[in-house]
Amino acid sequence: MSKKRVVVTGLSAISPLGNDLESSWRNLLEGRSGIRPITAFDAGAFDAKIAGEVRDFNPEDFGIPVKQARRMDRFVQLAVAAGNALVQHSGYAVTEENTDDTAVCLGIGLGGLSTLEVFHSKLRDSGPSRVSPFYIPMLISNMAPGQISIFTGIKGPNLVVTSACASSLHAIGYAYSDILLGRCKAAVTGGVEATITPMGISGFTAMKALCTRNDEPERASRPFDMDRSGFVMGEGAGFLFIEELESAKARGASIYAEIIGFGASGDAYHMTAPQEDGRGMASSMSRALRDAGLSPEDVDHVNAHGTSTHLNDLCETKAIKQVFGKHAYTIPVVSNKSQVGHLLGGAGGIESVFSVLTLFHGIVPGTANYETPDPECDLNYMGKGPEKRAVRTVLCNDFGFGGTNGSIIYKRWEGK
Amino acid sequence: MSVEERVKQIIVDQLGVDANEVVPEAAFIEDLGADSLDLTELIMAMEEEFKVQIGDTDAQKLLKVKDVYKYIADHSA
Repeated sequence: MSKKRVVVTGLSAISPLGNDLESSWRNLLEGRSGIRPITAFDAGAFDAKIAGEVRDFNPEDFGIPVKQARRMDRFVQLAVAAGNALVQHSGYAVTEENTDDTAVCLGIGLGGLSTLEVFHSKLRDSGPSRVSPFYIPMLISNMAPGQISIFTGIKGPNLVVTSACASSLHAIGYAYSDILLGRCKAAVTGGVEATITPMGISGFTAMKALCTRNDEPERASRPFDMDRSGFVMGEGAGFLFIEELESAKARGASIYAEIIGFGASGDAYHMTAPQEDGRGMASSMSRALRDAGLSPEDVDHVNAHGTSTHLNDLCETKAIKQVFGKHAYTIPVVSNKSQVGHLLGGAGGIESVFSVLTLFHGIVPGTANYETPDPECDLNYMGKGPEKRAVRTVLCNDFGFGGTNGSIIYKRWEGK
Repeated sequence: MSVEERVKQIIVDQLGVDANEVVPEAAFIEDLGADSLDLTELIMAMEEEFKVQIGDTDAQKLLKVKDVYKYIADHSA
């Protein structure tokens, strides 16, 4: 039997650049920034006062009744909203016949941080009897796929992958593998995160990981630029509907791209810092290439992790050079985080959505705020903005604390 | 606001139902769509609003809206 193939047949996005797929993509190409002063809470006492928030998000607009929305942490609201939008975009009808073979597998790094904060305050101020029975169900990360299943009726494998900022690419890799193995025929995958909360911002600030260029929010996230000074937190959801090719064809689905490779690795090095020579990151990329059966020269574009921290961008650049050699200098290396910020566990979701749209439309987005070259980061980061370019393959990277790395390769769909 | 109005408002907020559904004879589970977690949280909200402690045995007897009206009238200061 020939190897199964897996294609992307639906996309959805709720991001700092817009509350739907179309506006997120359009604003990305227009070079806009979704970074603004924090409104979710009073950030006056915090060093970092800026973030990429999803604005004017109303769960009711996405078919979530008020009562149910109240029982959901923001990350679950975003997940259910993006899940509903995704099923609609894919045109996939969930039926008795296909529901058990349809998975929901999402990447989430933390989960319901704001819920934890609210009920910890209740516990401290009013005692244990004031902690709501909804506290645990609202907090746990797998409530996102759980609620998507409740809302859509999808009954296949239902789970979350948690591996910090690599969560989403690992989740997509897992879902992709399940379809390849014949365990499932379709999956809702990607990732979501909503941790713009006092504990979220203070925690990353304590690590000196966040950018504090508060007076210029739109210029704060500047991956690979000489003046980068930390990442800017973002929030939101980026989902893909993926299907076994023959099933997708049989129902006449629109195909946006094919998934052809997945790689993952561990640094065995440090809790938070990447290996300085970039070897762990390079291994993840090489393993994805091997999985896809590609040579380095076959990759046309890298959708980078590119966090805008000094270390990540330096090590990722080294890693890309290790893997691609001279070819590294010819391919566009772009960081969407320059415009949406860093969605942590959700990063690989929104960046995969943008990678697929890059292939589908033949337009490579730019890296915003790339102005002053860093001599140690000397690749083509697309600082001049988007460019029409018929790329055939995109390698998408995300790396996380714990020294965890993930890479997925998407290929343009050419009708066969 | 009267005690009944305050109770009614909490039920509307907690269960996401219309005020006109909250009639004395309405049962929380059968008529107002509450589940066990909803009921626990509803009781907690009543305790907080009226500064009372509702024990588990008493809470299990609060099946209809009118039961809560009566309980609060009898127990709140």
